[in-house]
Amino acid sequence: MHVPDGFINAATSAGAAVVSVGGLATSLRMGAARLKEKQIPFAGLSAAVIFALQMLNFPVAAGTSGHLLGGALAAILLGPSMGVVVVSVVVIVQALLFADGGVTALGVNVLNMAIITALVAWPIFRGLVRILPKSTGSAIAASAIAAWASVVASSIGFTAMYAIGGQGGADLGTVFGAMVGVHALIGIGEGLITATAIGAVLAARSDLVTGVADLELRSTSNAPSKRAAGTFVGVGLAVAIALVVFVAPLASSSPDGLESVAEQTGIAETAEDNPIGGPLADYQVSGVESEPAGTALSGLVGVGITFAVGLGLLAVVQRRRVDA
Amino acid sequence: MSGGHAHALHIHGHTVLHRLAPEVKIAAMVGGLLAIVLTPREQFWAFGLYGLTIIALLGVGEIPLGFYLRRVLVEAPFVAFAVFLPFLGSDPTTTIAGIELSIEGSWAAWNILAKATLGVSLSILLAATTEIPHILKGLERLKVPSLMIAIAGFMIRYLEVVTSELQRARVAMIARGHDARWFWQARPLATSAGAMFIRAYERGERIHHAMLARGFTGSMPKLEAADPPRPRWELAVGFAGLLWSVAVIAMVVS
Repeated sequence: MHVPDGFINAATSAGAAVVSVGGLATSLRMGAARLKEKQIPFAGLSAAVIFALQMLNFPVAAGTSGHLLGGALAAILLGPSMGVVVVSVVVIVQALLFADGGVTALGVNVLNMAIITALVAWPIFRGLVRILPKSTGSAIAASAIAAWASVVASSIGFTAMYAIGGQGGADLGTVFGAMVGVHALIGIGEGLITATAIGAVLAARSDLVTGVADLELRSTSNAPSKRAAGTFVGVGLAVAIALVVFVAPLASSSPDGLESVAEQTGIAETAEDNPIGGPLADYQVSGVESEPAGTALSGLVGVGITFAVGLGLLAVVQRRRVDA
Repeated sequence: MSGGHAHALHIHGHTVLHRLAPEVKIAAMVGGLLAIVLTPREQFWAFGLYGLTIIALLGVGEIPLGFYLRRVLVEAPFVAFAVFLPFLGSDPTTTIAGIELSIEGSWAAWNILAKATLGVSLSILLAATTEIPHILKGLERLKVPSLMIAIAGFMIRYLEVVTSELQRARVAMIARGHDARWFWQARPLATSAGAMFIRAYERGERIHHAMLARGFTGSMPKLEAADPPRPRWELAVGFAGLLWSVAVIAMVVS
């Protein structure tokens, strides 16, 4: 979700940059206070791991793949302030060296990918591990939920910035439905992979997980069980559907937002930065009588198609990358 | 997207652009990009001038065209995104060659394409003419907090190590018959992500011990990189000033 130059207007980018610099400065002050000198190489290596994980392709379907965003993983492993610093460093280096994400959009990208993800993932994770029984299984479940929420929050952050200063020419309900709907699906993958990775670290070196450093965890499981994963996927899907059907229309600035969501659910990106589109020919699904129900249904179909087309584009891009 | 081979980003050379102090290049790039982003999208001539400037810089920096074009492909995903906009944008629409296009969507697509391409081009120019330690040094001179510079330094230094370690783990998995095509087969990859983190910790500890052994006393040494004697700020001001004049004229006439 690296935003390029010119996607969000200059005033909004500047505003986001101010917020990001403030957030980053606060994180540095908090992080530096806690960061022992010997942890500097570790922080750098963690940044390298996050960077590498963003290049590692995880399978999605039929040979296509997506990658981890890593904001929640970094926050849970390193703590929120170091998580923000480490992911910000990754985002800044990607923009300066790899031309991945615009330099004038750095504020937007740091805010969305480093700050919002950590600010959402950390309280959710900490809240859940405190409420749930003190066991590694609970920590794994908490990290799945925190990671899912961080991806969705990040896409909401993107939509908010698009609403303030977007240059897309598509209306807000459409963007919300597509971005948040698709990311609610992507977040399921992020959640399962984050949970599995956290489980692996907990199994070998639970002392390295900052998010549970002050807790005595009873060792129960080191991986999400089939049933827990199933429940997570089910609930995630239900929330994704609810977001598209009930919240997207409210987000629209225009009165006919409900229709537009369905009509134009084509504007989105996947975790791979992959813009995907799937315009529905018509916003009414034939055979459904009531109009709102019809538009909601086609909204869902739209997100489904958006996701499917995104996977298709990914497949094409990846085949090319293998050839290259 | 985020290509892994840092060395493949740099073109060795001795041109003016290569010799320019990194902080000057970074400042010129950010200053110039702000002007580009602010330029009203209706002023095609302004974007033409920006494009000519980029081409001139490619010539001055002796960047091979093929290298540049290959690197520009990083923005391909957003090009695809922009291509959809004319079909999905809001009313009113216009019909060109029998296809109904949203006017607002088409403008937005052009805007994103033009500005993103110019932004990517400047990033490519920076990376192609500046070695990584110099970029870090430039950031240091531009008063980026030293902790971030230190983290970025370690990250870049070990990126190749970590990436190839992950790659080896992957090859080993494939050798054992693991060929993941569906999401529910992702578990071994996810657990190796966890393992990578533990290795990062252990390697970080070894690095720290080595630093202590070499006399590290708690503060990171200033980055060493050979650089020109005097930052030629006038060039940064000139470059950004040129783009800003174009942008201001474009804003006035639109």
